[in-house]
Amino acid sequence: MRSRHGVVFWTGFAVVFALMIVAPLVLPEFWRRFVTEILIWGLLAMSSDILIGYTGMISFGHSAFFGLGMYGAAAALLTTQPPSLWLALFYGLIAAAAVAAFVAYFSTRLRDIYFAITTLIFSQIFYVVIFTWTAVTGGENGLNFDQPALGFGRSFSLSFTPTILHWFVLAVVAGSYLLLRRITRSPFGMVLQSIRENEARTRAIGYAVERYKIVAVMLSGLFAGLAGILYAIQNQFAAPDFVFFLVSGETVIYNVIGGIGTLVGPIVGAAFFLLLREGLSRFLTEYYLIPLGFIFIAMVIFVPQGLLGFMRRWLNQ
Amino acid sequence: MGIPLDQILIQTINGIVTGMILALVASGLTLIFGIMDVVNFAHGELFMLGAYVGVLTLAVTGDFWIALISASLLIALLGAAIYLVTLRPLIGRDPLTTILATFGISLVLQNYALWQFGPVSRKIAEPIAGHFNLFYLDYPWYRVAVALLSAAIIGGFWLFLKFGTWGIWIRATTQDRVMAQAMGVPVPWVLAGVFAIGSGMAAASGVLFGPFGGVDPTMGLNWILRAFIVVVVGGMGSLGGSLAAAIFISLLEAYASLWVSPSQAVIVSFVVLIVTLLFRPTGLFVATPK
Repeated sequence: MRSRHGVVFWTGFAVVFALMIVAPLVLPEFWRRFVTEILIWGLLAMSSDILIGYTGMISFGHSAFFGLGMYGAAAALLTTQPPSLWLALFYGLIAAAAVAAFVAYFSTRLRDIYFAITTLIFSQIFYVVIFTWTAVTGGENGLNFDQPALGFGRSFSLSFTPTILHWFVLAVVAGSYLLLRRITRSPFGMVLQSIRENEARTRAIGYAVERYKIVAVMLSGLFAGLAGILYAIQNQFAAPDFVFFLVSGETVIYNVIGGIGTLVGPIVGAAFFLLLREGLSRFLTEYYLIPLGFIFIAMVIFVPQGLLGFMRRWLNQ
Repeated sequence: MGIPLDQILIQTINGIVTGMILALVASGLTLIFGIMDVVNFAHGELFMLGAYVGVLTLAVTGDFWIALISASLLIALLGAAIYLVTLRPLIGRDPLTTILATFGISLVLQNYALWQFGPVSRKIAEPIAGHFNLFYLDYPWYRVAVALLSAAIIGGFWLFLKFGTWGIWIRATTQDRVMAQAMGVPVPWVLAGVFAIGSGMAAASGVLFGPFGGVDPTMGLNWILRAFIVVVVGGMGSLGGSLAAAIFISLLEAYASLWVSPSQAVIVSFVVLIVTLLFRPTGLFVATPK
């Protein structure tokens, strides 16, 4: 039984992965970019699923991790010549991890609603700091920088065309998915899920719940930062708008629409949301959030498990 | 470094005035949370819509006080409707789902306002035009009146909770929803009523604040954040705690803006929040829970 599940799962994974590899080759320019963006936002949403879906903590502050990853990458790309991709990744992850450690230390003292509010307020702290510290962060205008090349050592270097960038993002996102899936199925992941189901009992068994929560927030923040780095590389700018709370809110929406606790659900949710936004904004320009908000409310009430919720058990097997 | 005494005094008055408005916003939020376990993300949007209703009725009637009352009543009705349509079906589910639902509501309301009224800020004229001399400043009486009026609304609300029939029902529902229902309290109506009252208070504070900073579709977010901080620092569900925390935080921000720009002074309230979370996560102004 189990091996059959494995075969079906890996076949499905391979099919989707193959489709994603082919996508930029057949799609027109606009949609090529679009699919890459879906993958990046999907990675952000997936990172937040570690908290929402697996540990039972709703984070309204993922924009902080995403944005700091972005600014970390910006720092590396602006200070080194020629801009180095690996240094950007390194700086971005360090920045995101530092912020995540800070946020995790304070916010995990609180539970449920208090955790959600605290993460929201923390992300606003970083927003205000970045917005007002014009000398370093460029303030409202943000920072512009050059795209690094995909280089390995001195011998091999490849500049990013949209297609190669798409493949790179795809590789990172797929790798992150497999890694996160492995983590959620590990003993550590099991403890997180038992915190979600019953925190008091988990503590009573003898697990240091607070420490697990801190690690969960940091893990989640690290992958959110990774998404931020990818976004910075794709668009060659970092702006305070991405640290703003609205990004965190959209991350939560992706999760709820796609189905929490499934890892792939949030990516599907991001795709659904962004496609809907694209479609709606043709008629409604910037007011697309009105119908999207209604759809979101209706989903919270009527389909709380999300689009992929029906597959949840199967995906986590 | 020497800050003259008169400036400190002016900032004290400023801080108390904004603190009272903030207390009015936060008390609606904390009331809804304390009784229904609902974190109302849309509270800031109700504040903003209240201000807009105020702007519109003011344009028609020309009377600020009619605008204030009609905005409160209209937004209270809207709040009740929102409660019945979106939050009622969520009773009994994880309280976190109510955050999600109210977040969706706030998106809809904020963008509706943007669509309907545009991004440009609208002005509300001060209903009390007089000024008095405060050192070198002409200080508007209106600001003092706002502080007093907010205090009166909160005080009246406290009396209502203490002695009114509905107030007693509300408190009974807070303590034990099932038991209250068994004793004949119409719990569903009480919950809808609480949401309506909280929304009305948000709208009233929106109209009162209108003459200070103008009315625009994004003003809600700024206030909901500060109200959240107040509610956490004051202790969720505690009316007195919110009042104290609102004034405390507004005073600190007002003093901080003597040295740094107002947008950076916000960081002070963030720091207060962090310190509170570190040492008294249940709130600064409530008794230590056993």
